Amino acid sequence: MRLPFFGILVLAMAFTAPIRAQEQPVFRLELRNHRFEPAEITVPADKRLILMVRNADDTPAEFESKELSVEKVISPGREATIRLGPLAPGRYAFIDEFNQTLARGVLIAKPE
Amino acid sequence: MLASALIVFREVFEAGLILGIVLSATKGVPGRSRFVASGILTGLLGACLVAVFAGAIGDAVQGAGQEVFNAGILLIAAVMLGWHNVWMARHGREMAGEMRALGRQVSDGSRSLFALAVVVAVAVLREGSEVALFMYGLVVGGDGWLALTLGGLFGILGGGVVAALLYRGLVSIPTRQLFKVTNVMLSLLAAGMAAQAVGFLIQADLLPAWGGQVWDSSALLDQKSILGRALHALVGYTDRPAGIQVVVYALVLTALLAAGRVTVQPAPRVAHRAG
Repeated sequence: MRLPFFGILVLAMAFTAPIRAQEQPVFRLELRNHRFEPAEITVPADKRLILMVRNADDTPAEFESKELSVEKVISPGREATIRLGPLAPGRYAFIDEFNQTLARGVLIAKPE
Repeated sequence: MLASALIVFREVFEAGLILGIVLSATKGVPGRSRFVASGILTGLLGACLVAVFAGAIGDAVQGAGQEVFNAGILLIAAVMLGWHNVWMARHGREMAGEMRALGRQVSDGSRSLFALAVVVAVAVLREGSEVALFMYGLVVGGDGWLALTLGGLFGILGGGVVAALLYRGLVSIPTRQLFKVTNVMLSLLAAGMAAQAVGFLIQADLLPAWGGQVWDSSALLDQKSILGRALHALVGYTDRPAGIQVVVYALVLTALLAAGRVTVQPAPRVAHRAG
């Protein structure tokens, strides 16, 4: 019963992988001195979008948001691509798990 | 220091819960401590490697390397758990009895132990690499080594105690029932890991979400709370699951529980066919 599961998974991957639309709007965030810049970002609701998070610090970071179901390690000097949405209108908090006292931010999804 | 102790505790705690179940599930199997220990060591080594190459892994597969890697090792662990469960369903009866000393059973047992050692390695690797990255950040950030070491030790101690308590609790169950209980726990663990793997594949945009958020039970039980984390590690509790995660969870759990039940019937004896 495990083989079919893998089969379905591989098939699903094969079908969805080429549909990666690149026309999605891109939003950028930066981690500098363990703070998000900007700490508040507004994005359109009900739309697929791309969030680019650059880690400008010299230590690893982990972009984490339970609200957005994202958990991603960002090595020093690297930029992570995070695909989001379509998001229901609302506020979505995110943190750098490794520096949660300073690095906190919120993403606001607004209807267009 | 409290912050570092807390984060280490959390990660060790999660790995410790899985370790506790695996140890209970292998109670009485000869050579299990060797397998479990090598699982832990492999996991620690892997955690260091993953931490060192985090940047390269992250850049792979068009920036989705980390998700694909996490999903891959979680799926491997889920398959190993499934394999172990089917094996246990066939041999659990004998293991509970006297036959565990038989040579063939021992070699079969070590194959199933290997599967569980892989599960332990994956659990340690996943949590360990987070600890390594976090600790590295603290060291570069100039936090004192003493605070770090103390925090780390406290964390490991706390996580170890939790694992030991879970183990104590489980092995107090009579052997015959114990394997039934651990079988269900391992099935839940496998379903949770598969759903988690699917979550990473959604994040990588390799799988559709089938509804981004089927429900939100974070107000009821926050996944970040200690109980939420424990349930997340043990049974894959997610407070905001995607549709496909729920489907995969249900499929894997049903398949494993069914496989365990079907094969639990004793195999037909050769004598029947001889006539």
